[in-house]
Amino acid sequence: MNITLAKYIKVTTPTDEEIINSVKATISGVESFVPMDEANTDYAEILRQVAAGTLTIADAD
Amino acid sequence: MSKAAELAALIGGQKALGHKNLVKNGAMVVAQRATSASGDTTGTVRTVDRMNPEISSAGTWTQSQSTDVPSGQGFVNSYKLDCTTADASLSAGDVLIVGYRMEGIELQRLNYGTSGAKNTVLSFWVKTNKTGNYVVQFQNIRSTIRTCSLLYTVSSANTWQKVEFPIPADTAATFDNDNLLSGILYWWLAAGTDWTSGTLNTTWADRVNANNAAGLNVNLADSTDNEWYITGIQLEEGDVATAFEHEDFGTTLAKCQRYFENIEFANGSVVTVGQVYSSHTAAAAPLRFKVTKRAAPTVTLPPTGRNTGNINFLMASAGYVPTSDGSIAVNFISVDSCTLQASGYNTFGANGDASWVYMNGAATITVAAEL
Repeated sequence: MNITLAKYIKVTTPTDEEIINSVKATISGVESFVPMDEANTDYAEILRQVAAGTLTIADAD
Repeated sequence: MSKAAELAALIGGQKALGHKNLVKNGAMVVAQRATSASGDTTGTVRTVDRMNPEISSAGTWTQSQSTDVPSGQGFVNSYKLDCTTADASLSAGDVLIVGYRMEGIELQRLNYGTSGAKNTVLSFWVKTNKTGNYVVQFQNIRSTIRTCSLLYTVSSANTWQKVEFPIPADTAATFDNDNLLSGILYWWLAAGTDWTSGTLNTTWADRVNANNAAGLNVNLADSTDNEWYITGIQLEEGDVATAFEHEDFGTTLAKCQRYFENIEFANGSVVTVGQVYSSHTAAAAPLRFKVTKRAAPTVTLPPTGRNTGNINFLMASAGYVPTSDGSIAVNFISVDSCTLQASGYNTFGANGDASWVYMNGAATITVAAEL
C-alpha cells in the first residue's frame, strides 16, 4: 500500500472543543480520510509505516 | 427415518436455511469499483468485490469482471486475470495469488478448536489456458498461522472445470472471534521456491512458507497469452459439495457493502443538510452509510469547490454559493456514519443557519472497510 502523505485533522466542535479523530492520507494517489481505529486496515498500515520510520503523520493545522 | 425426522434434520442444518455459502459474491456479480482495471503489479481489490489478488514481482495484470462462464450453471460473471507483462523467470520470493478474506465472526459456526469442529468443502469453477498443477489453500490467520491445502490439476486448456476441496475440521485451533482478518482462501497461480520447496500441508498444520504452494508447477506469469478465470466459489459445511447457492443481486450487494460502498450522486444532488457554526465560517453535516461497516471505514470525497464534479457546502443566505472555496474534512467516522466538516469559508451566513452539501456534477463518495 503506497501512502505518501498523512496529516491529523483537527475539528472545532460547535461547543468549541478541539478534537482529532481522523487522518487525511494520500493512499495510492487518492486523498482519503482515515479513522484513528486500528481495525481500519489503512490506519493499521499507517501506524506500521510510522513505526518503521517510513512515514510521519503531520500535525493538524 | 420418518418424514418428520428427515424434515427436522433438514431444518436443523444450515443447508435448509439458506446462507450455506460462507463466501460473499462467489458468483462474481458485484463489481462496485470498476469492471476492469489494468496495470496491476501489487494487487488489491479493484474490480470484483472481495476478490483480492496479491502480486509480488510476478508480471503485470489486468483484473476484470468477465462474462465468460461455465455453461448451464446459472452464472453470468466470472473474475478474470489477464497477464499483460510477463515474468518467465520468477525469483525465490516472487508470488501471484488471488485471495478471498473472511472475518473471524463469520467462521465461528465451524467450531474450530473444539471436538465439535466441522468439516467443510470449498468448490469453485476455474478455467485457464495454462495446464498443470495448482494449489488452493485455506489459512487460519492467528498468532500462529495454520494452513490446509489441495493440489489440483488443470488438464484441459481453456475449459471450465469444477474443483472440490474437502477441508477437514481443525480441532486444534480456533478462528479468532472478531471483525478482523481471520480466514483467507488463496489460489496460488505463480510462486518462487520460497513458497514451493517444501511439502504441501494437506491437513491443518502450522504454516511453513516453503510448504504453502508445494507441487505448484505452473507459472501463470510466464506469458502475456495467459489468463485465468474463476466463479462459483462456495465454502460450506459438510463432506460433499452441493449446488451453488445463487442469491438475488441485492442480497449479494448488501453483503459486499459491509466492506465497501459507492455512494453515487447525480448532478445537483443535495448530499446532506447541516448547520453553520463557529464564527460563521464552519459547518457540519452528517452522512450515513447504506450498510453498517465491518469497522470504521476510510472515506474518500470528490474534490472540494465550485467546479464541475466537486462537492461543496452551500449557504442559506443570498447567493447560496460561497464566494471562496473552503475545505471539507471527514471525521467522527463510525461503522454507520461520518461527519462532513467544512472550514475556511468566508460567507457562510449566521450561526445556526442551515447549510447543505451539494454535488456540482455527478460524483461518488467511496467508503471502504476492507480486511
